Amino acid sequence: MKKLVKGNIALCEGAIAAGLKSYFGYPITPQNEVPAYLSRKMVELGRVFVQAESEIAAANMVLGAAVTGARAMTSSSSPGISLKQEAISYMAGMQIPALIVNIQRGGPGLGNISGAQSDYFQAVKGGGHGDYRLIVLAPNSVQEMYEMAYDSFDLAEKYRTPVMILADGIVGQMMEPVEFNRPEKKDFEEKSWHLNGCKGRAPRSIQSLLMKDGVLEKHNINLQEKYKTISKNEARFETYKTDDARVIITAYGISSRIAKSAVKLARKEGIKAGLFRPKTLWPFPSEAIAALAKPGVKFLSAELSHGQMIEDVKLAVNGKVPVEFLGKAGGAIITEQEIVIKIKEMIK
Amino acid sequence: MKNEIIIAGFGGQGVLLAGTLLAQAAIEQGLHTTWFPSYGAEMRGGTANSTVVVSVDEIGSPLAFNPNALIALNEPSLNKFMPRMIEGSIIIANSSIIPSDKEYKIQPVFVPVTDISDKEIKNVKTANLVAVGALIKALELYASGNCGEDSHKRRQSAEETEGDLCDLEDTKILTLKSALAACEKAFSSKPELVEVNKKAIQAGYDFVKQL
Repeated sequence: MKKLVKGNIALCEGAIAAGLKSYFGYPITPQNEVPAYLSRKMVELGRVFVQAESEIAAANMVLGAAVTGARAMTSSSSPGISLKQEAISYMAGMQIPALIVNIQRGGPGLGNISGAQSDYFQAVKGGGHGDYRLIVLAPNSVQEMYEMAYDSFDLAEKYRTPVMILADGIVGQMMEPVEFNRPEKKDFEEKSWHLNGCKGRAPRSIQSLLMKDGVLEKHNINLQEKYKTISKNEARFETYKTDDARVIITAYGISSRIAKSAVKLARKEGIKAGLFRPKTLWPFPSEAIAALAKPGVKFLSAELSHGQMIEDVKLAVNGKVPVEFLGKAGGAIITEQEIVIKIKEMIK
Repeated sequence: MKNEIIIAGFGGQGVLLAGTLLAQAAIEQGLHTTWFPSYGAEMRGGTANSTVVVSVDEIGSPLAFNPNALIALNEPSLNKFMPRMIEGSIIIANSSIIPSDKEYKIQPVFVPVTDISDKEIKNVKTANLVAVGALIKALELYASGNCGEDSHKRRQSAEETEGDLCDLEDTKILTLKSALAACEKAFSSKPELVEVNKKAIQAGYDFVKQL
């Protein structure tokens, strides 16, 4: 039988099953269940749990643990994620696989503790400095919190890159039936890069300061090549009734669930609505959206922000069809009915 | 069938646990369910609430946009949520501490859950689950009213044979049986509390039954 747990707990279980060796964090609502649960669980399992002195320290500890090849993660909520950006940029530059979890709350600033989706730009467009990308996963259910946490480590190691899970206070705090259906990962491939002592082999070095002539330029070109490969291979999405839809809602995370209910309501009234849900926000499933941008179709980006993902939808659509917006931020939530009303306006 | 249930009261009255129990009962019946808490600044003595959605279909928002069932364990909660309830909602009001002689927009079912838990169950902490039992019976009565004589008879026979009401296609509502089963799960870490809480659910159920 399925278990009733919070999204934040399911996320922990997914990470543990994937072989999480070390967790470093600092408390902030609405993600506190993560460090609270792991502080017990990781110790029971003989693994590492550290409550750091600050968010930035926690993120740098992740860097330090992950560079040895251990699976490592940190989690926080919006203001805390801002503080971690230095280490995230370093990890991207040093090509260190790790998981960073953002259970978004209302912003800007300290904001409030309600769920929100206003950190899309920060997650997808690079919250830290330098030309880098994170793979950004966007779960919309407790089950996906578990599964995406599990998958994130393989993805991170496959491409030697930090992965972010961008969830929100609602998905983190809600409980839903979940099936812990992934096998406990025990065997890990030998890595060619990690720093575990050079006895019997040539020394390795991983650094983000690359001062020699042309070295940083070359490094950036290599990174961009890697990002191209990820873009080609890893864009994930889900569609619902888009085939004959006149209005296609684009929504991720918690908004996508409300949008799906809105599609069902609209369909009951004979309105041809559909849903396109990116499961990866980077790489963004642009090609799949472009393929749906046929004459007569309109897009509606529904977000708990004042319009962030809509920019990527517009880039994907490339001016071929109209893209409109419906969203609220600061802890407010859009309802199914509001989406249906907006759809009706769009097809008038 | 879809129920969007709000459970509200003072912090410390067990509104989160009561919600968890309802969601677990839904799982026992193979129904879709979500649970969402008010979280953060609540403390003992303040107000707290949880929202449980139970549905035969996949659930969109875990927040209640059209709440149709409410457990109000104190008066501020009743006043806060009454205006949001849709017409025909089922409301269980704790008449131990909420006046029952006032005019309300939607007439609540008054159940003195604090008194029942204190005098009958001898454990005032179980008032939340007395209310859960009361809600289950009230929802059942409401559904049988809506589903006509035939389904009511079938329900009665299901009750007599302790059959699972969930088997009845037209009345996929939470059942007493699944709530009692959920009790075992919810208190699995404190087995000594299973029986007393089962008794509390049964007492609330029986109170509404004899109204």
